[in-house]
This record gives sequence, C-alpha cells and structure tokens, in this order.
Amino acid sequence: MQSEVMFAGFGGQGILLIGKLLAHAAMEEGYEVAWIPSYGPEMRGGTAYCTVVIGTQPIGSPIIKNPTHLVAMNRPSLEKFAPVIKPGGVVLINLSLIPVDSGRTDVDELKVATQDIAASVGNGKAANIVALAAFVARSKLVSIDTLKHCIELEFSQKPKLIPLNIKAMEEGVKAAL
Amino acid sequence: MPKVLMKGNEAIAEAAIRAGCLNYFAYPITPQSEVAEYLCWRMPEVNGVFLQGESEVAVAYMIFGAAGAGVRVFTTSSSPGISLMSEGISYLCGAELPAVFVNIMRGGPGLGGILPSQADYLQATKGIGHGDCRLLVMAPASVQEAAEMVMQAFPLAEKYRNPVMILGDGLIGQMMEPVEFPDHLRSEPSNKDSWASNGMDHRKSKTRNLVRSLYLNATLLNDHNMDLRAKYERMKAEEVRYEDYNTDGDYQALIVSYGTMSRVCKTAVNTLKEQGIEVGLIRPQTLFPFPEAAIRQAARKESCRAVLSVEMSMGQMVEDVERSVRGARPVQWYGKCGGEVPTPEEIIEVVTATLASDDSRR
Repeated sequence: MQSEVMFAGFGGQGILLIGKLLAHAAMEEGYEVAWIPSYGPEMRGGTAYCTVVIGTQPIGSPIIKNPTHLVAMNRPSLEKFAPVIKPGGVVLINLSLIPVDSGRTDVDELKVATQDIAASVGNGKAANIVALAAFVARSKLVSIDTLKHCIELEFSQKPKLIPLNIKAMEEGVKAAL
Repeated sequence: MPKVLMKGNEAIAEAAIRAGCLNYFAYPITPQSEVAEYLCWRMPEVNGVFLQGESEVAVAYMIFGAAGAGVRVFTTSSSPGISLMSEGISYLCGAELPAVFVNIMRGGPGLGGILPSQADYLQATKGIGHGDCRLLVMAPASVQEAAEMVMQAFPLAEKYRNPVMILGDGLIGQMMEPVEFPDHLRSEPSNKDSWASNGMDHRKSKTRNLVRSLYLNATLLNDHNMDLRAKYERMKAEEVRYEDYNTDGDYQALIVSYGTMSRVCKTAVNTLKEQGIEVGLIRPQTLFPFPEAAIRQAARKESCRAVLSVEMSMGQMVEDVERSVRGARPVQWYGKCGGEVPTPEEIIEVVTATLASDDSRR
C-alpha cells in the first residue's frame, strides 16, 4: 500500500512544513516515508509544492506523476494538479482563496476555508495547519493524536505557538466532518 | 539514536560528524547548500571547524592541507564546484592523502541548472583530474544510504590513502527520509602515522612523512604511478558493491541504474512484474570500482535478451555497462538530463519497446 500526497500553494503559506509534519507523523506510526520538495529557481510568492509518499514497503520512485491526494492552497495549484490526482483521492480546496471546484467528480472534494478558520482561532497564518488537520481527518492516513504530537515537537523551540497551532488543528479536524 | 526525518544534505553533514570528521571546508552551491547551513551551527557544538573558502579552488587546497596534517576532512559541492576542485583532487591522489568529497550533482554543462542530474559520472569515475588518478566513487540511493556511505568513506579513504567521492544527485540531497545514526562518535584515522606530516615529536615512526606529488625523475614517477595503479586494482578486487533486485527468476531484460534513478527503475520493475514481464535490476553502489563481473554474469542469463542503462545523463554509465557485458547482449541507453527525472511510466515504455524490437529478438 502506498499513498502520495501533493501539497501545493504559494511560497510562504507553509506548504513544505505541513508536508514535513505529515511525513513525520507517518514515520512515527512506522510507515516508510519520503518528502520530496519542488526545488528550483523560485521567488518569494512563487509556487511551492512538495510530495509526501507514505507506504508499507520501501519507497521506490520519489517522482510521482499521479498522486493519490491533493491539498491545494491556491488556485493555480488546484488548476495544475487536480487533473492528475488518482480517482478516489481526497482533494482539499482552500476555500479562502479558491472560488472554483476541482472539476472532478471521481474524487473526494473537501472545501475548507482555512484562512478564515485560522483567523478565528487567532492567526490566519495557521491556515496551513487547518488544511493539514482537515486533510488528515478526511484521509485518515495517520491518527490525529500522532499529528498533534508532531505539531508539538515541530514548535518545541517556539512553545508560545503551540496552543494556537493545536487550536487550528482541532478546528481543521472539525471542518472535515 | 531513534529515527529522525532529515534532508539528505543534513544527513550527510551529521554523518560526517558521526564519522569523527571535525573539519569541513566548503563553498555554497545549490543543491547542496544545506550541508554548509547545517554544519555552520553543528561544527562548533563538537568543537569542529567549518570554514567557507573564497572559492572551490581554495577549498580543495584547504582539504589538501588538513589531510596532510592527518585529520579527517571533507567537503561538499555540486557539479561546477567539483570541476573547480579537480586540480586539487589530482594533487591529493598524487600525494596519497585521504579525504572525502561529496558531489550532489546538478545539470550541466557550464552553470547548467540546479535540478537533479547524474551527468558527472564520467568525470567522477574516469576524469576527475589530470594524470592517472582515480577516486573510489560511492552512489547512494536513499538518505539512509547517503549517511552510511559518508561514514564508510572516511575509513576507506584512509585504507587506500586516496580521496573517496560520494556521488549523489540533487534529489538525494533535497529529499527528506527517515535516517538512523549510530550513537558513538568515531575517532581519528588509526593509520595516520604512515602519512601525516604533523611533526616528528609524537609519532612512533622515525621516517619523515613528506606531502608531495612532484617526481621529476622518470623512473620514480613511473614507479609511483605503478603503485597507484596497484592501489586502484586493489579497490577493484575488494570494494565493489552493488544491489541486485528481482534477479532470481528468468528475467527478459536487465536494467543497470544507480542513485535516485534506480529507485524509479525499481518501481517500473514492480509494475512490469504485475503485467507478467520480468525485469532484473542491478544497482551499482560503487561506480568505481564498477560491478563489471556481476553485470556480465546477470546479462548472460539465458532468458535475458537486452540490457538497459538508465541514467540522468546523455549516456555515460552505458559505456561501463557495454564494457561489462562485452557484446554478449545488446546494450541500450535511456536517460534524461537537465532536471527532469524519467518516470516509472517512461521506463516501462522503454523496456516494452526494447523487448519488442528486432534488435533484442535472438
């Protein structure tokens, strides 16, 4: 069994971080994982995306043409990657920035107003955590408890940010219900 | 130590420290700059030295000096930077000094691009510098293996008193995977009394250790080169490493591939197996010495009709594959360069087309 998740958005939205958090959580649960960033001559505000591969067997190709799932944080990302997602996957759409649908009828489309939800718990910048939590709650790739543990570890150097991010996580989980 | 999630570049940096290397000289270049970023805070923690050279040319000679003084030393760079270091590497080979060079390859030639590539294969294995010099070249295919190879590279460099190169592509450096390190720190080179030019006082040996690569006497230089050659031959006899995959059964084709590319090929091999097409894979873990005998033997299997060298270059390793197969089977190349990594789907198409072509129908 192998799942591939594409996280995509603008540079600065914390795309690479939520990919890392998912990879970390899956590693903690004993899965084989790989986190592959898009690295290239990028500029601030340009596109940022990464792929997280989670499997029960050693991971072969780190290059994934058709990921299982997509977390799209801005419109260009949705338009670019929604067509390549495998049927049956979760496609999370950041409703705060994306006024359109995926155009797919064979995927599990999940619309979450990540920025508005994050703002409601104190800081719109935690939109990425809202998105990640909603995605995890819907896809069930890892448990929410493991995710929470990894968020706490990630922010252990900045403990002031932990309560905000945990709150954002909890609201993200609710949004996926 | 428990598993941690790390970028290949960070794992390479930490592995060098675990191997007891406390000297790092470098000049930043994408896609390996995280090594320097990591070591600029990590080296001071272990009382090590990180010095950014004014150029890669300078870095190579900082390595030369430190190696001559008998300490473990390494650097990391990417393709254009390695080209600048090549003169110094030749001097290290000539003076028989151990050091570790990591090349996280990017596309070329010239400044090329910053995306993954394997286009420095020939440079690393055959043309790293002037004169008859060779490097022991190791090629990791995962973050864990990159870390392990770095830790093995230091003792190997000292065993042969010769630089060792870790040849990874940009993805190996940029990708994050779980990695596990040994808890203990390794020590200094145990055999440095035979080569370190660090003063006579604290050495048992009473012969002088000279750091030199200049031999103006023709006979002496020939002898020196014969000694070096014997060393490279010993590497061929003792250090060949490879992994074989799906080679037990009757495969119709054999793929030879290394690094990130080999992982893509493994996925293709698995998918082809589901379709009823058996394909074997040999992944060289050392590129010099090259697993010639293993590839020759695998290619000659009765069921095998064709051999494919799949690489992110315009056909470099294929020369070694052809040399290994020695005409016993048709050898083909497939690859891409410049940052695009061939997908499993492309490899499947190439294998299918190769098996269907008249060339491989015997």
